[in-house]
Formats: sequence, C-alpha cells, structure tokens
Amino acid sequence: MALQDKDRIFTNLYGVQHWGLEAARKRGNWDGTAGIIAKGRDWIIEEMKNSGLRGRGGAGFPTGMKWSFMPKQASERPHYLVVNADESEPGTCKDRDIIRHDPHTLIEGCLIAGVAMGAHAGYIYIRGEYYNESVVLEAAIAEAYEAGLLGANAAGGGWDFDLYVHRGAGAYICGEETALIESLEGKKGMPRLKPPFPAAVGLYGCPTTVNNVETIAVVPTILRRGAAWFAGFGRPKNSGTKVFCIQGHVEKPCNVEEEMSIPLRELIERHAGGVRGGWDNLLCVIPGGSSTPLIPKSVCDDVLMDFDALREQRTGLGTAAVIVMDKSTDLIKAIARLAAFYKHESCGQCTPCREGMGWQKRMMDRMVEGRADVAEIDLLENVTRRIEGHTICALADGGVWPVQGLIRHFRPMMEERIAAYKSRTLPLAAE
Amino acid sequence: MAKLSVNGIEVEVPNGASVIQACEAAGVEIPRFCYHERLSVAGNCRMCLVEVEKAPKPVASCAYPVAEGMKVFTDTPMVRNARRGVMEFLLINHPLDCPICDQGGECDLQDQAVGYGMDGSRYTEEKRAVKDKYVGPLIKTIMTRCIQCTRCVRFAAEVAGTPELGGTNRGENMEIGTYVEKALTSELSGNLIDICPVGALTSRPYAFVSRPWELRKTDSIDVQDATGTATRIDSRGPEVLRILPRVNEAVNEEWMADRGRFSFDGLKRKRLDRPWIRRGGKLTPATWPEAFAAIAAKLDATAPERIGAIAGDLSDAESTLALRDLMRAYGAVHLDCRQDGAAIDATRGDFFRFNSSIAGIDEADAILLIGTDLRRESPVINARVRKRWTQGGVAIAYVGPPTDLTYPAQHLGDTPAAMEGFAEALGAAKRPMIILGRGALARADGAAILAAAWALAKESGALTPEWHGFNLLHLFGGQVGALELGFVQGKTLGAMMGGEVDALWLLGADGFDPARIGSETFVIYQGHHGDRAAARADVILPGAAYTEKDATYVNTEGRAQRAFRAIHPPGEAREDWRILRAFSEGVGKTLPYDTIDAVRAALAVAAPCFAAIDALPAPGCTDTAGPSAEAPLSDSAFVYPLASYHLADQIARASEVMAECASIYGGAAPRLAAE
Repeated sequence: MALQDKDRIFTNLYGVQHWGLEAARKRGNWDGTAGIIAKGRDWIIEEMKNSGLRGRGGAGFPTGMKWSFMPKQASERPHYLVVNADESEPGTCKDRDIIRHDPHTLIEGCLIAGVAMGAHAGYIYIRGEYYNESVVLEAAIAEAYEAGLLGANAAGGGWDFDLYVHRGAGAYICGEETALIESLEGKKGMPRLKPPFPAAVGLYGCPTTVNNVETIAVVPTILRRGAAWFAGFGRPKNSGTKVFCIQGHVEKPCNVEEEMSIPLRELIERHAGGVRGGWDNLLCVIPGGSSTPLIPKSVCDDVLMDFDALREQRTGLGTAAVIVMDKSTDLIKAIARLAAFYKHESCGQCTPCREGMGWQKRMMDRMVEGRADVAEIDLLENVTRRIEGHTICALADGGVWPVQGLIRHFRPMMEERIAAYKSRTLPLAAE
Repeated sequence: MAKLSVNGIEVEVPNGASVIQACEAAGVEIPRFCYHERLSVAGNCRMCLVEVEKAPKPVASCAYPVAEGMKVFTDTPMVRNARRGVMEFLLINHPLDCPICDQGGECDLQDQAVGYGMDGSRYTEEKRAVKDKYVGPLIKTIMTRCIQCTRCVRFAAEVAGTPELGGTNRGENMEIGTYVEKALTSELSGNLIDICPVGALTSRPYAFVSRPWELRKTDSIDVQDATGTATRIDSRGPEVLRILPRVNEAVNEEWMADRGRFSFDGLKRKRLDRPWIRRGGKLTPATWPEAFAAIAAKLDATAPERIGAIAGDLSDAESTLALRDLMRAYGAVHLDCRQDGAAIDATRGDFFRFNSSIAGIDEADAILLIGTDLRRESPVINARVRKRWTQGGVAIAYVGPPTDLTYPAQHLGDTPAAMEGFAEALGAAKRPMIILGRGALARADGAAILAAAWALAKESGALTPEWHGFNLLHLFGGQVGALELGFVQGKTLGAMMGGEVDALWLLGADGFDPARIGSETFVIYQGHHGDRAAARADVILPGAAYTEKDATYVNTEGRAQRAFRAIHPPGEAREDWRILRAFSEGVGKTLPYDTIDAVRAALAVAAPCFAAIDALPAPGCTDTAGPSAEAPLSDSAFVYPLASYHLADQIARASEVMAECASIYGGAAPRLAAE
C-alpha cells in the first residue's frame, strides 16, 4: 500500500508549485506555528518522541531523545540549532529538493526545533556545491523575516529566533556533525572527540544539536497532524514517511516520499519504473547511500526499506539513497570508485582511516583488473576490519562497508576476475 | 575520585582523568604517539585503544574519561588487533629508513613497532613520499617519516604560543608544515625535536652526528639564561654533541630554550686553551708558572685598595667564592658581579630573587612585567606565564617597548611611571606578581626603579608572609650565585673601569665593552672564551666552560643546582676554582680548601642557599621594608637588555649555529670577522 497524497509532508518535492512563502502557505506550511510554540518545549519533545521519528541523516538516532539531551536550564551559554545540509553522501539528493522546492518546511521546522531545544539561533550548513539551493534558501529566509516568521517574536509565538545560512567548501567530512561544527567555527573540518557530545559542548563550546534537513523539515507537519499520525506509517520503531532517492539502472530515477518499511521491490517498481531490463536483470542494490554495504538480488526480492530490516541484512537504511545496479555493471569497478571517493574524503586525522583508505583503494584498483592473488581478498577484508571501529568518526566505517559488502556477496566474482587475469598473463611470463 | 579496574588492578584516580592516566596509575603501559601529558588531547593516532567493558568498540584511552566502576582491559584480542592494525597502518607509508634516521635508537615508532607491531608488512603497494619543509636553521625535517600525530602543531600553538604549524590537505595527502615556508619564530623550537615521536623533526646541527647509545649522558644546568633549566649533556670523547632538557617540574617542566640547547658548538670555538701574557704590547703564549708569576708580581706591587675583581655572568659559585676569598686575602675590597651596572641591592636576598618561584606563576592571578622582554630573556618562564594565561583568570600587563609575548598582555607604556597603571589590578588580585627585568635596573635611575617596583608590590599587598610577589628576573646562570655570595663590595664596576683600580681580575667577565677599562689598569682575564675582554687582558688564565666542571649555579629563584662535568677542558685550561686555589698557594695566601667538597662546605657557610641543593629559600615576605633610592624616576623609555636573543652570551657568540640564527631572525650583530 503506497503512501497517499494526503499524507505527504513534502507536497512540493518536485517543484511543480513555487517555493515561495505565499505558495508554501497555501500548501499548509506556517499554519498555526504560534499555537505549536505555545504548547511549549516539553510538549514538543514528548510529541517528537511519540512520533518515533528517527534521524534522517543516516544514523537513525531517535530525534525526540536527541533533543531531550539539551540542557533543560538555560545558562549564560546560548543553545544552538545546527542543520546539516551538507548532503554529500554519493547517491543522496533528498535535502536538495527539499531546500530548493520546499524550503519553508525546513525554516518552520528550524523555528520549532529551536523552541524545543531553547535555541535562539540556528545555522544551516549547506554544502558549497548547492549554490542555487543556497540562493533559494536565503531568499526564503528573507521572506520569512519579512513576514515576521523569523527574528524577534518569530511567527507570533513569543520566541526570538534567528536563522543563518553558512556555505561549506565541499568536503564530505563536514557532514559529520562535529566536523561540521569545526567548519562552522572557521576551522579545518575534522571530527572532534566524543565525549563531550555536542549537546554539552558544541558550536563555540555551547550546547548544540545537529539535525539533518529532512529531520527538521518533517517536524512541523508531525506536530500539526499529531504524533500518532506519523507513527502510523511503517513498522514499529521505524515509523513515518521518508524521502527515497532512487537512481542507477532504473527506468525513471526519482526522489519520492514513501512510507517507511515499504518493500524495496515495490519501491523501485512503483516509483522508478522498475529495474532496467526487468527485475531479473537486477544485480544488486546499495540501499542507503554509498557507505552502506550492497545487497544482492536475492536479498532485494523481499527486503523491507527500514532501519531494522536492512540492519538484519548487514546493511543500513542510511540516507535511503537507493542505488540500483543491473547485470551490466562492473561491480568491482563501482565499489573501487567508492573506495577512491573515501580515500579522497578522509580528513587525515586518524591513522587507520588516513593510511587505510589509500591501501584499500589501491588494492581495489588491482581487484578491478584482477591483478592480485586470491589470498589478497582475505587481506583486503582483514584491512577493512582493522580500519572499522578504530577511528574518531564513522567515515572510516562507511568507507570500508562497501568493500566488505562486495566481498561478502560477490567474492566469486572477484576470484573469477583474478583467475581471468592470471589466464591472460601467465602464458607470457617466463616460468 | 573514581575507582576503576585496569586488567583487574583496582586504581583510584581523580574524576575527569582519562583512561590512559588510570592505566598509568595501575602500572599498565599504553602505547601512544599523539598523546602528550603537557599538550591538549588529539586522540588521532589511535595507538592507545583499549577495551572498556560494555563499550561496543575499542576506545581511545587518552581521550576517554574515567567513570566509577569502569572495567578497562588492555591486553585482549580486540586491543591487540587494534594496536597491530594501527601499527601496520603507521608503517605502510613510513619510509623505514631507520639506518639513516637520526631518531634511530630513541624513536617511539621503532620501540612501539617492536613492542606492539607485527613482524612483517603486508603492504605491497607504492609508498607515499612527502616533500621536506624548511622550518628554520635548527630543525631538520624529513616529512616522509611524519605520522601526522600533530604533537608539533599543538606544541607550537599551545606551549610556545607561535601557532605557525598546521596540517594542510586531507587524508593521505595531509602534510604538516607552515604552509608558506619560513623559519619558526619560537625560542622554544628545539622542543619540537623532543616531542616528535618519529624522525620527522630532528636537530639540524646534530644531523648524522651520532647514535644515542654512543653518548655519555651527564646531568647539567643551562647557564645561558637564569631559568636554571635542567639539562642533559650528551658527549662523546672530548666533544659535546647535543644538549637536551631534563624534567624538573618546579623549573622548566620539560622544555628548554633554543640558545642553551643549540649554542654548544660555541664551546669548541675561540677557546682559551693556554695561559697568555702581554709582553711588549702583544699577547704571547706562556706557561702557568709564568702567568702566575706575572700576576703575583703585579698584585704584590699594588695597594690592596687599588685591586678589584669582577665576576662574569656564567661563573659558577665555586670559582666566584674562590675569587672572593682570594681578593679578601689580598685585602682587596672592590668586588662587583653586576657587569650590566644594574642597580641591584644585594643587601637582602629577596631584593634580587624571583621570590614567587617559577612554579608560583601557576598560582598568580595578576602579573606585571616591568622592563623585561620575558619571551627572550627566559623563554621557559614565558611559557609558564603563557600556560597560566591559558588557564584563564589572570590579568597580565607589561611596561616596556611593545613586544609580542605570545599571549595578550596589556601594554601600559614604556616608561617607569607606567607601572602604576596596573596598581589597581594587582591590588585586587590574591596572588599578584611583579616581574622586574634586570635590564630595567641597568640605567641611571635603576635604584629608583627597584624601589618603585618594590613599593608597588608592597602597596598592592603582594608582600605577605605567605606570598612574595616581588620578582627580579636575571639573565644568566651565574648572576644570582655571585649576588648570594656578596660579590658586591666597595667600588662599583663603573668606578673600577674609570681607573680607580690598578689591577682588575675578570672572572669570565665579558658583558661590557673592555674599552671602558682604564688604559693603566692591569687586567687579568680568567675564562674560557677569547672574546672581547680577553683581547684587553694583560694575563689570560684559561678556565673551564660550564660543561667542563663540576659546579653549582643558582637560578633566578635562588635555587642552587649542581651541574656535572661532561667533558674535560681543552688544552691547559683548568677548572676555575682550582686555578685560584693554585695561585693562592703560590703567593702564600692559601685558600682553606683543596677539594670540591671542601669548597662546597665553604659555600654552604658563605650563603645559606648552597646548604640545600635544589631547594628554594623560605617563601613569603617577612620584612616589607624595601630598598631605598635617592634619585627620582626618569621618564625615559625602557630598553630591553638583549640586543639579540641568539648572541646574548659569549658561548652563543662563538657559535656558528647561533650566528646563523641571528642572521635569519634579524639579530643585530653581524657574524664575527674572526670566524
């Protein structure tokens, strides 16, 4: 059963209507915001907890709980809301559409989230490449200021809230929340050690919560329609709706808002026109953006698209960027490309990631040709295990998972490649 | 306090301590590269990973705070695997050029690879190479060896206060450097060599010189400033090959200033290695008996009140005592150790000591620097003040020409009267400190400045039985010892210069223009370097430098410390107190000691500070009556005493390394023509 139009949160995801405030109001944005603010901080957090919303940036941490970590009592240190719009995960483009076509969902969400965490200032850290999107966002914020929806007594709710846009410079690592904070402070984007967590010591040393664009943008609608409405979608603990980005070897790549826990096959066939050449032509799918391990067709047949179902398959929902690959794909080369990406984007702080990503990339390059020994597949696997979990942030984990997924599911393909290379080159070698 | 267990060993550590500290308390060694007790935690090398019960992943013990009841394991398969992994990753792009690396034998990477690594490499890809960077004349870089631990970056930014180093580029391409290549401007830059855990930053003067196991290590004291930095002299045969700091929490922690560290090549150049006598207007080589005879003849023919002696800035207490006693045996009463003419009042110890103590800086909450460019006069003490500043809650101001102290300090003005501008802040402070530079007293109104600074300390409540906030910062390691011994008596240096004495004994005294000495004066120069004053001498007695004698030095705090002999003096040069003892016997005025122990017993009688080595005088101020002055304060601006940090003393002036530094860092003096 697919999500009905009446239940969509992002009603202008495709930019059919104008992004501006007037059109946004007609779509229901900024409706009764003051009333929501009036219900107070505790009510908002409780409602968010009840809605079961989990962070849409990839890790899936319960949003209501995250907000509740912010200090209850205001001290002399201000609180900050930071919105992570540094959407750099290959395959992911949901925040981009939200920002350029439905920016007021985000701006209204920022205000309400600011109330919920006691923040009078919010920063939207948008990736540098999203230049046009940042122009739209800035214009939308200017509109909101003009209409009294931001600034002093924002939206008439009695809460002062200012919102700023900060453009990044195009580093993937700046999507990691503490690296983002460092970058926002004007330093080199390198993740911080945790603890202390940002809710205690964040931006400029003050309590900070960093949320994904989609997480924040769904907040106003959840509060308007009720936590129970949102929790009614999807399986328990995986509730709500979600924007999926379907791409790769499908007939019609698209972003689509769907119910959580929709079967992967249904998602692809209903919204993306199916796999190029039919379902049987499917090789594998990367279900949640480049850093999640791929799943082969046998798993794709009946897996559900939510956090827990995909975790059971030793992958993850991540950002819900579904990368579909059919049988024409040189899968080893595809994964080698991802390894090259992670080598390039490693910040260089932790030893295992800094040194290991290069090693992994170079081995993968040889695997593409087959210029390796079969035993080196085990070496590669072992190297990835020694990188994983030994670093400050999760970039290293995300960087080795694609390779681990490849070895887990397509080891015979790698062995064949090696054998083919040996058979091509051995006769030439002087024994 | 939190109780936790490390490998089953129960330990109790303060709340907020890190797991690595708890492991150390339990006696469990944790390998590490980026972690350093005196720097901020970076947590990036990942070598210190340990297993904590209930944590899903191994945690970086340097960055993880302890918790009550925590169970830490440091020798589980998970930890071993993590360490081997990190070690392997560190080595894949490391050149493994240990046979030609100067860090070899004292390299953390080498040691820990043996202790925690695997026996071979599985890496068959190409290695990374990094272009070497120029960071100045003292530090040699081989950046391919760098493991990006960022200790140097943190040291430069946090301790030295010169944030000139950083990491450029990302990931595997990350390089440590200054971005725009330039010489590091810190006076503490040599410490970068010590804290670098690998051979990426090594000593340029020491490059390819020796291996650590070939060196004889001798404890010593850096006398080239008055801090009293604890050092270790590494020598091989007759040569000093390098000087490293030792840990002394009360004085230098573990840092050392560059001049003391790198100027030892001056100990091999321009040395006096035999006696000389001026015959017919020219200095000619002589024997010891000839030299002694020439001196004896002159002194016997001179009335006692026409004999004077001046002790030099680097003189050890033993020889200063011997000279004092010899002069007294002659009946001579003109002694001075203030070559710079500083109006130091030697009548009471706390008039010329750094009374708050160096460790006391950690407690101070208002600090006023008067006429001292602390960063150049004592880089180590300056780093301590900087450390105090980083902890917050301290007001710092200075009087003198504008200078960069590496931390923000209020500039009150450059004339003596400006010091009053900080009176309110000092008065409001619980632990106010006034640091008066010795250079501020070396002017006509020096006595008035001393009195005014003392009065300011008194008015602001800095002089209490618990806390003594008046501090005089000296410049060299021999200055305080001579003051303690009362080497200030009779005519001043200025008067002696002006022809009021007929015979003048200079004990390493080289800190003034010898042209000032009256042309009729007979000058005996006893010292180790053929610098300015030796050229003026009528008789030269070759002495020993501080590396060549067992000696006692008193630092600016009044802390007597022992230095030991690392090498022998060159040629016929001898330890200075023995020269004086031998001379005294020859002229029938035998000094009452002929062993080093006997000299030291005499020292202990002569001044209380020598009775207890490495101890401070009693803290607090019992008598707030200050030094007096008749002349008023002048309104001329202060001038900092060291024209060039790198050429401040005679050893440094003989050093090629320091000459190069001086030319690079814009020191005033050009290279000496004799070089």
